[in-house]
Amino acid sequence: MNSVWIGNIDPFIRSFDISNEHILEITSHKKWVSVHPVVLCMISALGLFMREHGAKINFEKMEATSKHYFHRMGLFNLLNLDSEMKITPHESAGRFIPIQQIKNSEDLEGFIKEMIPLLHLEPNKVEPIKYIISELVRNVFEHSSSTNGAIVCAQYYKKSNTIRLGVVDTGVGIKDTLQIFYHPRDDLRAIALALTPGVTGTTRKLGGVSEMNAGAGLFFIKSLAKTSRDFFMIYSGKAMYKLLKNPKNKQIKLIADPLEDHYSSDNKLPYWKGTVVAIDLCLNETINFKELLTSIRKVYSEGKKKLIKERYRKPKFI
Amino acid sequence: MREIKIFNTTGSFAENKDKAREIRINFIIPSLEKKEKVILDFEGVDSATQSFIHALISDVIKQKGAGALNNIFFKNCNEIIRKLIEIVTEYMQDSV
Repeated sequence: MNSVWIGNIDPFIRSFDISNEHILEITSHKKWVSVHPVVLCMISALGLFMREHGAKINFEKMEATSKHYFHRMGLFNLLNLDSEMKITPHESAGRFIPIQQIKNSEDLEGFIKEMIPLLHLEPNKVEPIKYIISELVRNVFEHSSSTNGAIVCAQYYKKSNTIRLGVVDTGVGIKDTLQIFYHPRDDLRAIALALTPGVTGTTRKLGGVSEMNAGAGLFFIKSLAKTSRDFFMIYSGKAMYKLLKNPKNKQIKLIADPLEDHYSSDNKLPYWKGTVVAIDLCLNETINFKELLTSIRKVYSEGKKKLIKERYRKPKFI
Repeated sequence: MREIKIFNTTGSFAENKDKAREIRINFIIPSLEKKEKVILDFEGVDSATQSFIHALISDVIKQKGAGALNNIFFKNCNEIIRKLIEIVTEYMQDSV
């Protein structure tokens, strides 16, 4: 396949072969390759992880005319590979954030400051993007135990006026993070829990909060995607959850339970050690952040109460 | 009455939870323990994350109870920051 976006990412993930842990083979279509930034993040994260574990990387020489895109996004540079391309660097007018490895809080702060001018967007359109990157990358720091931090990149697409971004780690994955307190039965259930307001891997109390976490970050981000009627995807372990586009003629209603939302899923994918998150955000309509927060406030509160009630013990009458 | 300018610690985008925690531990909690009122001034802060606001105030409410909010004043908040503070204070009071 030569085109991978969130909408059609399923066959790409299914084709991912994890049988040989000693070598990472990367091949691509000979004529044209067009991919979502999350794909670049996945390749980079996997390359760094496998190399750290002594594996070799075999990157088949790219022949497609779009190979320069991979070079400019920094894929070869990050993996320390020779792209065999001679490209004269020039000022970026392409509105993209090249692949970045972010390992700590200071890196993240610097990255957020530096990335904004790269997108050449109006300040109000940048707000949701900063918000998403901060929340997703901090999730990686706090929950993933990833030694390589978070791998991030983004691209603005002028024709559709859409920003597409990916945040990927090769840490323990969502199921492991929630295992201690929630015991999810599989990866899909773990992802669904992580998207549910009030669920965090850092506290024993159901619907409870810890000093630093309230279990709201992913729910906020999913809500942003839903409000802009765009795709949002999480892939962790063997499962993928994909929030599908909300049809234009349908009123947007935020829903606490991700499994009651408009979504697709797969629970038998090749195992991804860690977590992959991708989101598209159309900037045609500026998201009314204030209104969105009002809706989130209501749904978050109701969702948490529902979650707590599900665990209430019933009196036993004999 | 003690006042802290959040901008001086976070810049215009308040997202660093470690810094929120520092403000809470080094400024908010000690001030409240001395029975002083606290002003958190968000002048110059254009936006924040829910996680930042949570790390800033949730543990104060957890430790001191909702009554602590009588002694904390949020100043110069734009609409987004105001909403985030409302969300966090509301769910914290649901939890305690």
